[in-house]
Amino acid sequence: MSAVSTTTVSADAVAVEDTVHRVRRRRRLSPGRRLPAARLIGPALFIGLWAIASAAGQLDPGAIPAPWTVARTAGRLWTDGTLPTDVLTSLERAAYGFAIGLTAGVLLALASGLSRVGEALIDGTVQLNRAIPTLGLIPLFILWLGIGETFKVAIIAIVVYIPIYLNTHAALSGIDSRYVELAEVQGLSRIQFVRQIVIPGALPGFFVGLRLGVTGSWLGLVVLEQINATSGLGYMMFQATNYGQSDVILVGLLIYGVFGLISDSAVRLIERRVLSWRRTLSN
Amino acid sequence: MAPHTEQLTRPTAVRLRGLTRSFEGRTVLDGLDLDIPAGQFVALLGHSGSGKSTLLRAVAGLDHEVAGSGRLTAPERVSVVFQDSRLLPWRRVLDNVLLGTGGEERGRAALAEVGLAGRERAWPGELSGGEAQRAALARSLVREPELLLADEPFGALDALTRIKMHALLRELWERHRPSVLLVTHDVDEAIVLADRVLVLDAGRVGLDLAIDRPHPRSYRDPLLSEYRERLLAALGVTEVH
Repeated sequence: MSAVSTTTVSADAVAVEDTVHRVRRRRRLSPGRRLPAARLIGPALFIGLWAIASAAGQLDPGAIPAPWTVARTAGRLWTDGTLPTDVLTSLERAAYGFAIGLTAGVLLALASGLSRVGEALIDGTVQLNRAIPTLGLIPLFILWLGIGETFKVAIIAIVVYIPIYLNTHAALSGIDSRYVELAEVQGLSRIQFVRQIVIPGALPGFFVGLRLGVTGSWLGLVVLEQINATSGLGYMMFQATNYGQSDVILVGLLIYGVFGLISDSAVRLIERRVLSWRRTLSN
Repeated sequence: MAPHTEQLTRPTAVRLRGLTRSFEGRTVLDGLDLDIPAGQFVALLGHSGSGKSTLLRAVAGLDHEVAGSGRLTAPERVSVVFQDSRLLPWRRVLDNVLLGTGGEERGRAALAEVGLAGRERAWPGELSGGEAQRAALARSLVREPELLLADEPFGALDALTRIKMHALLRELWERHRPSVLLVTHDVDEAIVLADRVLVLDAGRVGLDLAIDRPHPRSYRDPLLSEYRERLLAALGVTEVH
């Protein structure tokens, strides 16, 4: 499809074309072709404006340091070894919590989606759990598990498992009854039915939950590290507040942002691979 | 009932005695008796709601929570073709054809038979409506059914594709000779394809008509119009000439 812009063509050219073939293309209402690297343009523009404003002296360096100050601070923190330790600690917490939440969410969804007994036992309980704001559980968990790593991982796991459970369970129990009938006609065993129809059919829903879960793990991490930590990125930022180091805070935020972006892109990449049959539909 | 001489020599594939099915107190099948000899091509006509699909689902063993009684015998290997192709969108065409069975070579052969050779690796979403229904036919064939049940299999196709599919189904039947029970609301489809047409009326077989015309049949064959009129009369429709 070539983009035809009738507005920039001069009046003469239009007249000539009209005599040759009188069919004029309709005004295109869809936004058209995507710009290259479209998702990077906005952030790049933002950083550019930030740099210009800093260079022009329009920003208070105490409140919003210049981009190059932030970069220099990141470099300094990295070389003196505190940043790698903090990043690793944060990554470890998020990874443990996410892994446990993912496993629990999938197992519970399978148990409750594939058996009526499982549904009776699990679904209501999870719905109840969902109704309680997970971050509201922090005080209780500190009492139960102490203020160490265990309670942080536990909170992250809960934040992660709920969206994964909900979406996977909805997808499992929403399997098209026509496919159930097909499986009966084709003489599939129960295990074949689950493996060849139920699970592949539920994968799109699972991936919706997975993306929400990944985002949730970072969200939980930020909150936990800001209020109850002695190490990690959030702790680093919290300390910086006390010393008025806005550049360090920005470094922390930046790293959280990069983590979030990378993990979301990774899940999307896996989703595209696994659900390649869907791409043919959207094309 | 029209006598079927072949019925005496061929074994019976489907035998229904006093088959009764009802939904929420409404009797849909009311003591229906029916014998289908092995290898016979039967079409089943009736108004919507007359119980065509109920009968087919009963024979297929798909009516789990339906109240009913009666005796029903059907062969071991039964295949069903639905109105929608019902291909699983997440399996490639060949894997769809082989759903529930093995034997890649047989799957390829079945696809070639329905004219889909070379499309084994395609996703169902890439097929046209007619191609998808061909793939569904291949899936039913690969199991070498003794009885093929088809529930308005061409109802969702356009007129040109439907004519091609009629020829294909008849050709496949001639090669494999399963018994066929084809549910349709299209009188012409029934006449062109089947050797025996049943009309369901008030939960029983109201008319049982043998169509003794050679194949392939033309839609414009004047001799078929006599059958058409009898069937339409049985369905309570009078044609205006």
